[in-house]
Amino acid sequence: MQKAKAIELEIAVVDGVELNGTWNRMFEPRVISEYDLSVLEEITNIPGAESLGYCYQCGKCTAVCPVDSVGDYSPRKIFRRTQLGISLLDSPDLWLCTTCRNCLRVCPKEVNMIDIMPAVREQAVLEGKAPAELLTAFENTARYGNPIGESARKRADWTKTAGVPVPVMSQKKAPVDVLWFVECYPAYHPRGKEASAALARIFAALGVDFGILGTEEKCAGDSQRMAGERGLFEMLAEHNIKMLSKYRFNEIVVTDPHAYNAFLHEYPKLGGEWPVRHYTQFLAEKLAGVNFVKGIKKRITFHDPCYLGRHNGEYEAPRSLLRALPDVELVEMGHCKQTSYCCGGGGGGMWLDGFTRDYASERLSERRVKEAVEYGAEILAVSCPYEVPRFEDAVKSTGHDGQIQVMDIAELMAYCMGLNEGLAIS
Amino acid sequence: MRVAVLLKAVPDLVEELVLDEESGSLQYDEMSYVPSEWDDQALEEALILKEESGAQVTAIAVSTGDVDTMLFTALAKGADHVVKITGDFDASMSNWQQARVLSDYVREQDFDMVLSGVQAIDDVDGQIPGLVAGFLNWPHASVVTEVRMGGDSKVLLRQEYSGGLVAEIEVESPVVIGVQAARKPPRYASVAKVRQVAKSVAIEEVSAGAPAGPAFADIQFVRPVAAGRAEMIEGDVDAVADRIVQILADHNLLRRA
Repeated sequence: MQKAKAIELEIAVVDGVELNGTWNRMFEPRVISEYDLSVLEEITNIPGAESLGYCYQCGKCTAVCPVDSVGDYSPRKIFRRTQLGISLLDSPDLWLCTTCRNCLRVCPKEVNMIDIMPAVREQAVLEGKAPAELLTAFENTARYGNPIGESARKRADWTKTAGVPVPVMSQKKAPVDVLWFVECYPAYHPRGKEASAALARIFAALGVDFGILGTEEKCAGDSQRMAGERGLFEMLAEHNIKMLSKYRFNEIVVTDPHAYNAFLHEYPKLGGEWPVRHYTQFLAEKLAGVNFVKGIKKRITFHDPCYLGRHNGEYEAPRSLLRALPDVELVEMGHCKQTSYCCGGGGGGMWLDGFTRDYASERLSERRVKEAVEYGAEILAVSCPYEVPRFEDAVKSTGHDGQIQVMDIAELMAYCMGLNEGLAIS
Repeated sequence: MRVAVLLKAVPDLVEELVLDEESGSLQYDEMSYVPSEWDDQALEEALILKEESGAQVTAIAVSTGDVDTMLFTALAKGADHVVKITGDFDASMSNWQQARVLSDYVREQDFDMVLSGVQAIDDVDGQIPGLVAGFLNWPHASVVTEVRMGGDSKVLLRQEYSGGLVAEIEVESPVVIGVQAARKPPRYASVAKVRQVAKSVAIEEVSAGAPAGPAFADIQFVRPVAAGRAEMIEGDVDAVADRIVQILADHNLLRRA
């Protein structure tokens, strides 16, 4: 290692002003600034990715990055590798970030992965460098309006199992108070459908005047945007805004925190501006009128969804619902609220399971389930539709089947209201 | 080298086929359509050929419904030119008729090679490439997994056979090739790019008359009837074992001591 040489000036004149003094001493630049920075500049020149260049290698992000705890990855490492000439566009690093926002919480330089990731990924998608399984999810979303590749015509089929009328706006032909934006996993995934049915029964019991878009609804598209398909996001947003604009309602209530994020921050930029709440926020306000008829004698812990918590600052509403359930003992995990762990599904992670496997010792969802078990929780309560399938799989793959159950807050609440007899709490 | 790629839309099997049981006819207007996946493979192989040897790629579709998005996607992926053949056509058009219309267009152009999916879900006997070759009186190779340029006007093909055998074939162009799979998975065209292409590039429209020739007198579609169902054996281990023994005995599959 070359030793830094000090340079001292006896006389220094800046813009004609003499600045003589002991402070005219600096160290000669060392090798560190003689890197070929062209690869880093290629990345920071992408609009949205500028802040990658701000990194000064403090490493705070590495300590909190959920992906680093199961692999070799963090924003600091991304910066360093890019600085050394490994292009992020060609690196698997590009697809591992779940956009959980924990790094941005601690970064003193505001290196913003929430902007960097979609920007660089968009470039990679254009260059044909995205993992195939992600592209399949994009193609499905473009074709069917959902990433799962299910029939667009069957988007409202789940309502048949709700046991209460779920009005579809195109048939109702009257204004409603609440437009419920259901989203894809709650409309198609077997466990998502159960939570949707539970939420519909809660709405009915509380006398909520609501309606859904049914087959006129398409994926809100926020995770596709974060995964690098901005054009697809815009196409979906334009469609949803057009459909929503046909009807009169006072507010949108969403099941999905990712849709919440889109309606809050992205849809207004495209002309779709409505008051929006997550269903836990909506129900928390109505708690006084809820009639609970039975309790759940269990230790329950709650996993904060990244896009409800860190992204949008809502930590209290889901907890107030859980605390209101009779007999429940609510325990917090070490990683909770602002420091919550990540289920691994955000930012496209939902559709990159096979790709991620090669770069992680275990799934983030598995790490999280182990933490819940460590805290003695018998039920892991969630409020994001990505999480029931992710955590249920993780319960099985970590060998905790029978020890802990994964339930949406809507399912637990409906159970305590006597509206969910089918829910088997063991 | 000019390469034509024949594309077509087929019923989307993610949605259900709509069948009028009484008349035994498919309700074509009520079904949704997707690009045939084998045609996607043919397009990919043509685009690889373009990257390798500078071929000019033209994607062609008969307007049996909304084929514009499919053609714009082909442009976004790298096709040089797209052609939509319009006329009094709809989604019920037979493969024979489509092959006739396509070959009439190709004959008037100066193509060296025609690629198409070896089959489609509405064409499992692989009619389109064979019929087009027949109408044009060009050589035809089927179930091809690789197309390369040889010297002069030669084209080198790889063809798959059962048992893991692969044939390498050299043919003189012009030639019609039924593609089973491209060398690489079909590339992805981002939605932004497809939309940008749709705004800035026009599809060439060529009109064609109704194809003369034989037509089906009648086609009846019926849902398959289940001949029999599996028996689910229930009960405890002993009951299940007894039932299995009973079934084997009934079929005379037990060796008696």
